[in-house]
Amino acid sequence: MNISDSSLSIAHSENNSLNTLQKIALAFVGLGTLGLLITWAGVNISSLGMFLVSFIGITVGSLLFTYASYSGKIPGIKNNGVFFKGISAQGVVAWILAIVVTGFYVCLYWFPHLIEGLIRIHDPLSVALRGKVADQWFVYGTFYTVAVILMGIKFIYKYRHNTYQILRTISVMSFQLIFAYLIPAFLALMNKPDEYFSYFWPLDSYALRPDWIESKTALGTFGYVVIAIGLLMPFVVTPIMTYLYGKRWYCSWVCGCGGLAETAGDPFRQLSDKSITAWKIERWMIHIILVLVVLLTALLWFNHIFENQILGSFTLGYKKAYAFGIASMFSGVIGVGFYPIMGSRVWCRFGCPMAAILGLQQKFFSRFRITANGSQCISCGNCSTYCEMGIDVRSYAEKGQDIVRASCVGCGICAAVCPRGVLKLENGSSDVMERTEELRAIHISEDEIKLMS
Amino acid sequence: MRIAIIGNGISGITAARWIRKLSDHDITVISSESDYFYSRTALMYIYMGHMRQKETQPYEIHFWKKNRINLLKAHVSRIDFNTKKLILSQSGSVKEFNYDKLIIATGSATNKFGWPGQDLKGVGGLYSLQDLQTMENYSKNLKRAVIVGGGLIGIEMAEMFHSRNIPVTFLVREKSYWNNVLPAEESKIINRCIKDNHIDLRLETELKEIVDDGHGTANGVITNKGEKIECGFVGLTAGVHPNIKFLKNTALEIGRGIKVNEYLETNIKDVYAIGDCAEQINPLVGRRGVEAIWYTGKMMGETVAYNICNKRVKYNPGIWFNSAKFFDIEYQVYGNVQAHPPENHTSIYWEHPKGDKSIRIIFDQKNEEILGFNLMGVRYRHEVCEKWLKEKTNIEIVLQDLGLANFDPEFYKKYESEIIKIYNQKTGKNLTLKKKSGLNRVVAFLKYK
Repeated sequence: MNISDSSLSIAHSENNSLNTLQKIALAFVGLGTLGLLITWAGVNISSLGMFLVSFIGITVGSLLFTYASYSGKIPGIKNNGVFFKGISAQGVVAWILAIVVTGFYVCLYWFPHLIEGLIRIHDPLSVALRGKVADQWFVYGTFYTVAVILMGIKFIYKYRHNTYQILRTISVMSFQLIFAYLIPAFLALMNKPDEYFSYFWPLDSYALRPDWIESKTALGTFGYVVIAIGLLMPFVVTPIMTYLYGKRWYCSWVCGCGGLAETAGDPFRQLSDKSITAWKIERWMIHIILVLVVLLTALLWFNHIFENQILGSFTLGYKKAYAFGIASMFSGVIGVGFYPIMGSRVWCRFGCPMAAILGLQQKFFSRFRITANGSQCISCGNCSTYCEMGIDVRSYAEKGQDIVRASCVGCGICAAVCPRGVLKLENGSSDVMERTEELRAIHISEDEIKLMS
Repeated sequence: MRIAIIGNGISGITAARWIRKLSDHDITVISSESDYFYSRTALMYIYMGHMRQKETQPYEIHFWKKNRINLLKAHVSRIDFNTKKLILSQSGSVKEFNYDKLIIATGSATNKFGWPGQDLKGVGGLYSLQDLQTMENYSKNLKRAVIVGGGLIGIEMAEMFHSRNIPVTFLVREKSYWNNVLPAEESKIINRCIKDNHIDLRLETELKEIVDDGHGTANGVITNKGEKIECGFVGLTAGVHPNIKFLKNTALEIGRGIKVNEYLETNIKDVYAIGDCAEQINPLVGRRGVEAIWYTGKMMGETVAYNICNKRVKYNPGIWFNSAKFFDIEYQVYGNVQAHPPENHTSIYWEHPKGDKSIRIIFDQKNEEILGFNLMGVRYRHEVCEKWLKEKTNIEIVLQDLGLANFDPEFYKKYESEIIKIYNQKTGKNLTLKKKSGLNRVVAFLKYK
């Protein structure tokens, strides 16, 4: 079927053209981005001035773009033209964006001197919030938080008919802003080390290490509180919450990586690979990385107990390799940089060890599942297409089967885009062990049409 | 045994899959429309850019080989029932294909009522990939499209053009959209919805002729009111009929569709017909002979598989249900809901003040048995409604347990008590909502025999 992409141009396109207000909005975003690029290039005119130009340009532009895109339209699913637009269908704009973001991550992790200009314009904000000048991680945190909030507002407006989506997005926006940005900044102001209360072991591979514990105990009462939270969250809170609500309580309501994927990553959710092959790769990779991080923490403790007598240099090398390969390269560079090419949840799906643990709990012992409404499925494919985790939701829905998949983050978009209202995210304790059976599938049997049971 | 299936739509493919599940027979599915099975109901989403054709295919390509279902892209031009042979035309050449058993699942074709100009270029229905390609070809620089026929396909087509900002004039013969199926209030909701989407809705207006631009392409229509409307595309969506033209004047007994008994057997041994193209000789009470909908096609596909695999089972589609989406308003129906109901049908109807959601519950006035549910913008659970309908549950029990039926997403406002209020006002009773929504309660209810 030859349906061409004719809407890459801002100036003119056949039927999917931008309206005037959208063009004005993009001009603001362009101005803000230009400000960032100039400072990235190392030209420092005035820190505060350039910061304000960039910040105001991007904020005003993006809010205006949101308004111009969805206001005056009847609330409902807004996926028109997704596969015609270059930005959302791996077109030229998408590739440029992927390369620029990837490049930014490479600079951030390994060549921070190359983004010195970007860091310096954040000094006024950093001093105001934290009482000290900015470093690359403050800049990263600022970009990240601004992206989650601005794109979160866009997402909320886009799904303003859907209470579940609104509440979920307010939640991820709040966790990012408060727990991953303002509290760490406030702690810095109080001369305490950064603490991010929305990431835990094993996603935070530094947590629970011997040197981490030591550094916390040195802080006195505050440190013990941090250690207690660090232990309670993965080993007590997580299993309980996942049993009650599925992994969504964390992945699409709390987590910062999930927060970015659900907001800034939303325009790219349809790009996830739905093939069975991808599913196989996913299961191998995510569990291997879980083993790797458990091994890392174990080795560090082993090494600590035997005072570096055994496996000393190996452990050090292994630690460095994990930090480089998994924590930086995979979760950051590929995880976010490749949004426009591979979809928004590459890290969450193939890499995140926290998601692996939550997934195992969800698969084997949780009340959560997505139910299908009898025989109402028309196999159209919207649910699978817009599943950011690459789950072939349709293959279950058309059989009327409950969807119980380790990777499902419970974002609820499949249920939102379904044109026949076939899917519902639900929790029920009475049949936890029978969820995956084709229990509710209505079909014809030798006797009659009946519910299989 | 060699089984040939003509047509790779939902009926033919469901049959193929179930035959494979039940047997080791040799299966070949023949289609001239597409290489692989895709969801016909998703055609509109390809045009609107929500999906590509690839996304509308429920199975990956390796599925067919793995399940040993042969796919043959060819057009069946003739069937020799005596020698059990199909005459195929395949990329210009003629081939023969022998079968032991044959399933005909050729679907529907667009209705054309002899309008002048109906075969011009720039005139088309919306049924196949080829139809979609035609729409696409004429969409470039299209100033206006006129759509003829106010059914489910017509409104889909309107939504498609609207998604590309192409102005649409929508000619509907009836006084109100789809009011031969929808009760008056629901029909009005959709009228409003069509207008809110800036579609130029012309009620009680019929097509008289399609105007030729002098080069064999349509450039306008003339209505029965004498008005000429200029346009670059005319969409014909006044229903469909069984696609059986190539079977006329053969030994196969046909009426509106291919005549089949309750085992989906035709008058010729080893030949079966399913889906849109089949016509039940003795339809079940309250059902039509030809039912061109996705769900019945799927059920027939499964039924025919049992029969071919020597497990005789009657086609029984059970309690009627259907669904659609009108722009942003979802529609579901369960049971017996009629536009012009008989006297014993009493209905309680609730509508949201914004006029975009409604719930209608119908029961028998005399014995107070539940008869049907009609929903706009609210989702109800199929199995729960079906169980109530099957068991002819008393309306007051249904109302008090109505929470069980709610299938809307979490945190959505629920309207079950609103409808109970209306019932109470009507009857002077004082019912309250006893069962709220919740999966545990639903499972308990469904498992309770």
